[in-house]
Amino acid sequence: MPDNVKIDVHHITRVEGHGNIKVDVKNGELVECRLEIVEAPRFFEAMIKGRTYKEASLITSRICGICSAGHVLASLAATEDAFNIKISEQEKLLRCLLNTGQHFESHVLHIYFLAIPDFVGAKSVLPLVNTHKDVVVQAIKLKKLGHEIGDMIGGRLIHPTATNVKAMTMVPEPGVLEEIIVRLEDAKQELKSSIPLLKSLKLPDYERETEYISLYKKGEYTFLEGDIYSSDSGEISRKDYLDVTNEYLCDHSTAKRTKHKRESYMVGALARFNNNSQWLSPDAKQTAVDLGLKAPCYNSYLNTVAQFVELVHLADEGIKAASALLNKDVKLEDDSFPLKAGQGVGAVEVPRGILFHDYTYDDKGILQRSNCIIPTGQNFQNIENDFRKLVPEIIDKSQDEIRLLLEMMVRAYDPCISCSAHILDIEFINSRSTTV
Amino acid sequence: MAKPKVAFFDFASCEGCQLSAIDLAPEQMLDLLNVVDIVEFREAISEKAAKYDIALIEGSITRDCDVPRLQDIRNRSKVLVAFGACAHTGGINALKNFQKKEDYQKAVYPTDPLKYETTVTRAISEVVQVDAFIPGCPINTMEFVRIVKNLVLGKRPDIPDYSVCVECKKNENICVYEKGMHCLGPVIRAGCDAKCPSNGGYCYGCRGTVTKPNLHAQKDVMQKYNLTFDQMTDQFKLFLQRNREVFKNAG
Repeated sequence: MPDNVKIDVHHITRVEGHGNIKVDVKNGELVECRLEIVEAPRFFEAMIKGRTYKEASLITSRICGICSAGHVLASLAATEDAFNIKISEQEKLLRCLLNTGQHFESHVLHIYFLAIPDFVGAKSVLPLVNTHKDVVVQAIKLKKLGHEIGDMIGGRLIHPTATNVKAMTMVPEPGVLEEIIVRLEDAKQELKSSIPLLKSLKLPDYERETEYISLYKKGEYTFLEGDIYSSDSGEISRKDYLDVTNEYLCDHSTAKRTKHKRESYMVGALARFNNNSQWLSPDAKQTAVDLGLKAPCYNSYLNTVAQFVELVHLADEGIKAASALLNKDVKLEDDSFPLKAGQGVGAVEVPRGILFHDYTYDDKGILQRSNCIIPTGQNFQNIENDFRKLVPEIIDKSQDEIRLLLEMMVRAYDPCISCSAHILDIEFINSRSTTV
Repeated sequence: MAKPKVAFFDFASCEGCQLSAIDLAPEQMLDLLNVVDIVEFREAISEKAAKYDIALIEGSITRDCDVPRLQDIRNRSKVLVAFGACAHTGGINALKNFQKKEDYQKAVYPTDPLKYETTVTRAISEVVQVDAFIPGCPINTMEFVRIVKNLVLGKRPDIPDYSVCVECKKNENICVYEKGMHCLGPVIRAGCDAKCPSNGGYCYGCRGTVTKPNLHAQKDVMQKYNLTFDQMTDQFKLFLQRNREVFKNAG
């Protein structure tokens, strides 16, 4: 018989941003179960109004530190769509490398530093420095590799300095590209050696099928190009993204939420894996097999495993892009184009899922209107729906165990609350009562 | 001697400075952990502590409800550091201060503009006493390590007080003005190795002005290249809305 359980986690830790988890069970009935987003709203869409096309990505990059390169890539795509600019093959390859750097840093940080401590009963990565030093050192190296690829290609991974509408303002020397290839090959070996560790993690046994939404380009495990795909309704044009996201405000959150065909949908590594896994690189496919991850997978906790599989794929993609650039005469490209009034939509996959930027410019290239829809905002309602399914299943566990499983669920989504508004915070209000 | 207790906190920000702080090689990170105890860092660890020797504050203050939290951290900290542009100058968050509150609230939350509390964006030093700052958007990782070392040793933080142009010239760049773009390098604090101009961009002032910015000299440069003072003022808006001196002189 379930007890009365009240959980109130104020500012959940090891996530990006500020949020709270609130759960209240009375007489075995789930009366309240929610994820509160208490991040201070920052009004980016208003702030960029009146600024020039050159500044759009520079400003929106600051929405989020960990996804800054992704915001830049979405922003550039939206601006280029508005002005009808086609980017060159060289530019595509450079952006692919920047994307590899970004995902590497972000996924490694999440898997090793934010998620794994829960599985070994540690409060953070800090105690692991003494107990699992080799793993920590390996993780720091892999994370730093992502950061450095971002620095080498984008000038800087966090708030890139070389990214620009139409063409980057800096290009890598051949030696840099060779170094990236060697280091990504090494990283693949390191990842391989981590497979036993990943396999040893006891992921909670849980399933809830939901709608999975990601970018989609036939034949490619795509991050930067293509249209939208829903596991419920198939392909949707990028231009019709508003039909997918249907943003709404929610009382307990400064972040807007979204819904498509059902009450909620999921974006991120697991959604990409479920929709596009047939196009992963052969080694990434093998890694999925080794880790027992099969599409479709309905266990949200396995988002972390999907991220690991993606690391292998991204390393392969990065090696491919750097090799292709080595075979080209890489040089600074012309970044001029005629201005015109227009609207454009950019859709890219960032580590936490599909991200949309939508800009309207006047004929002088000044922003009139903008809309940014962030992956974590798209996931909030789905996390809450996972809570609703999960809480009754685990209600007989101790309060500490329930709390940990809820926190782990939130962390599995690798939420980025700064992006979506900005924070997540969890706290148990009362101790568990034994009377019913 | 006990290791100094260091804590990270964030208010309205992108948390990119915290991420930049941990962009260290394994040996650098382990060295740092040998000299300081990271006791709070919500983004990365779950541990908490009651008092701090050094509190690093990322983000600006954009809501009254955040003020007591900041004051509480101040009361429990020996040294409080404004960490990164949002904390140091108000940063990009202060760009909204150029608009009417009703306008930006309506633009972002059209169906319910008054739903969420928001005030004028302020830098940390406008709310509590700040003992040191680490500039930049984001901070420069090596500068962060150096300043933490200075603070642990009880020294004054070693931050350049000369302009970005010095570093830009050292990097042998063609002046951004020669390329027909405008640049705030002449009055902005160096220490970033002139990263933006060196990578084909221009300086937009994320590190704040030097202590005595020569705005007249900047004006002369602008005139020489046929650029208007308005264009420069507009450029200052991105990161320096809270810098009254700039806007008084520029206006």
